[in-house]
Amino acid sequence: MLEVRNLAVNYRGVCGLDHVSFKIEPGQLVGILGPNGAGKSTMLKAMLGLVPVSSGLVNYCTGPLHQQLERVAYVPQRSQIDWDYPITVWNVVMMARTRQLGWFRRPGRAAQEIVKTALDRVEMTHLKQRRIGELSGGQQQRVFLARALAQQADIFLFDEPFAGVDKKTEAIILEVFEELRSQGKILLVSNHDWGQSLTRLDRLLLLNQRLIADGSPQEVMTPENLQSAYGGSLQTPLYQDVDTNLFC
Amino acid sequence: MLNLLTEPLTYGFMQNALAISTLVGILCPVVGSYLIVQRMALLGDVIAHCVLPGMSLSFFFGIDILIGAFGSGILGSFLIGWIRSQSRVKVDAAMALTFSTFFALGITLITVLKNKIDLDSFLFGDVLGVTSTDIYRTLIISLVILIVVRLFYKELLFYTFDRTGAQAIGLPINAIHFGFMAAITLTVIASMKAVGVILVISLLVGPALTAYLLVKELHQMMLLGSMIGVIVSFAGVYLSYYQNVPSGPAIVLVSSTLFLFTFLFSPTQGILTRPEPASRSARLLRKLRFIRRAE
Ligand SMILES: Nc1ncnc2c1ncn2[C@@H]1O[C@H](COP(=O)(O)OP(=O)(O)OP(=O)(O)O)[C@@H](O)[C@H]1O
Ligand SMILES: [Mg+2]
Repeated sequence: MLEVRNLAVNYRGVCGLDHVSFKIEPGQLVGILGPNGAGKSTMLKAMLGLVPVSSGLVNYCTGPLHQQLERVAYVPQRSQIDWDYPITVWNVVMMARTRQLGWFRRPGRAAQEIVKTALDRVEMTHLKQRRIGELSGGQQQRVFLARALAQQADIFLFDEPFAGVDKKTEAIILEVFEELRSQGKILLVSNHDWGQSLTRLDRLLLLNQRLIADGSPQEVMTPENLQSAYGGSLQTPLYQDVDTNLFC
Repeated sequence: MLNLLTEPLTYGFMQNALAISTLVGILCPVVGSYLIVQRMALLGDVIAHCVLPGMSLSFFFGIDILIGAFGSGILGSFLIGWIRSQSRVKVDAAMALTFSTFFALGITLITVLKNKIDLDSFLFGDVLGVTSTDIYRTLIISLVILIVVRLFYKELLFYTFDRTGAQAIGLPINAIHFGFMAAITLTVIASMKAVGVILVISLLVGPALTAYLLVKELHQMMLLGSMIGVIVSFAGVYLSYYQNVPSGPAIVLVSSTLFLFTFLFSPTQGILTRPEPASRSARLLRKLRFIRRAE
């Protein structure tokens, strides 16, 4: 079980995340919802110790999560990568094996098998020799999904994996999430607008600096909760979408 | 023709010159590739200027220049990082201020301590005056850096491509960052005799950048870059011998010419030879208009 307790982040006085606590059981697909600047990215980074935390702890099974990073696959928000980097799709996915191989060892047959399977799963094998910059945004996102798969982790953290992807890619990503869930993995996925995919989640965390609500999507997506997360305007397309199409 | 190439080899100083150019020609593009892909190319120039005070002090105290130059180069790079992390000052401004200050300090120290440094050769290289100590120093630095790159290639690839991701799988990113600073400083020291500190940036960036236009993977960029590096340094040394121009500028000019040529004529990236997207879309547009008119 993954447990986050009282996690808080301060960026030089600016509050990034305000004492968030929750637990996730294996085999759960958990979404994070919140407006821009809500602290979604900050929370995922803080869980791995990528940003300095001002309080809180994150435990998995027997100990602190940051001491078991080889069991975590983290896919950062797209914008952080330099897409002109000279590297092929195949080698991006092969990076997943860096930690598992250990120092000084070079990838062998087994690693190649794993990378191939991961690329097959996201339907990117035919582009494996392409330079990463020569792919579309959605294809790049799939490559990073493949990299996460090839890590063969127990915990998957995705930061906005659906940003700017088309229906097909979105469907592939969701299918993969559901496969991982059925394998008993823990998935934590951030998104600023879940739309119709909300129904695929086991649980939703509504975040705006603090954790506003935590429960099944139906329980969380109430007008009151959305109001306190998104502020005054209830006319947000997000709210209407959810209200009329999904649960009424 | 062949005589033109072999005749100079009978001189010891030419053999030394070619030996050091080979080493530097291989080393610089490897380190330079990392600089380019991390968008840190100018850091090479900055560190090169930062080694001057350390050089002067090690001359004064009679210790190996490697120690002084290394210390002051690393100090400079840390100062930049420190200024940036402690305030709103951006990295380019911090770099500009730091390297000019170090350079000024170095020049002042040389005058005050009455060093017998030949400033010209330090600044612009003196490949025809290379001693065997220089060669050994460069050889050891090159071997160390190349072996480290080879051993940690997959970790360094991850770090330079996706630093956050590298941190997320638990790679020691601070140690790797320090390693890069050390490697850049050592490379500057190794190349000082061949091209001088003002121009070492060109050998760091030029051949690797030429290769960047031609290949699609980092290790290919390093390999091809090193080949180009060796070729341009050889060409520079011969030019320097026959035309009596300083070696540093000669090497740099050959390297930049080669880059310009690739920039114009590379099959995929060359601005004159690449498949032209603009004209293709123009053709498509014309076709569409034609279809609409036909309807
Ligand atoms: N490096 C940083 N330095 C200072 N403040 C930061 C930094 N990163 C984020 N913040 C602040 O922390 C808060 C949370 O940011 P975060 O990036 O986690 O939001 P987010 O929910 O991921 O937003 P988005 O939907 O735009 O990705 C914001 O108020 C932001 O201004
Ligand atoms: Mg974010």
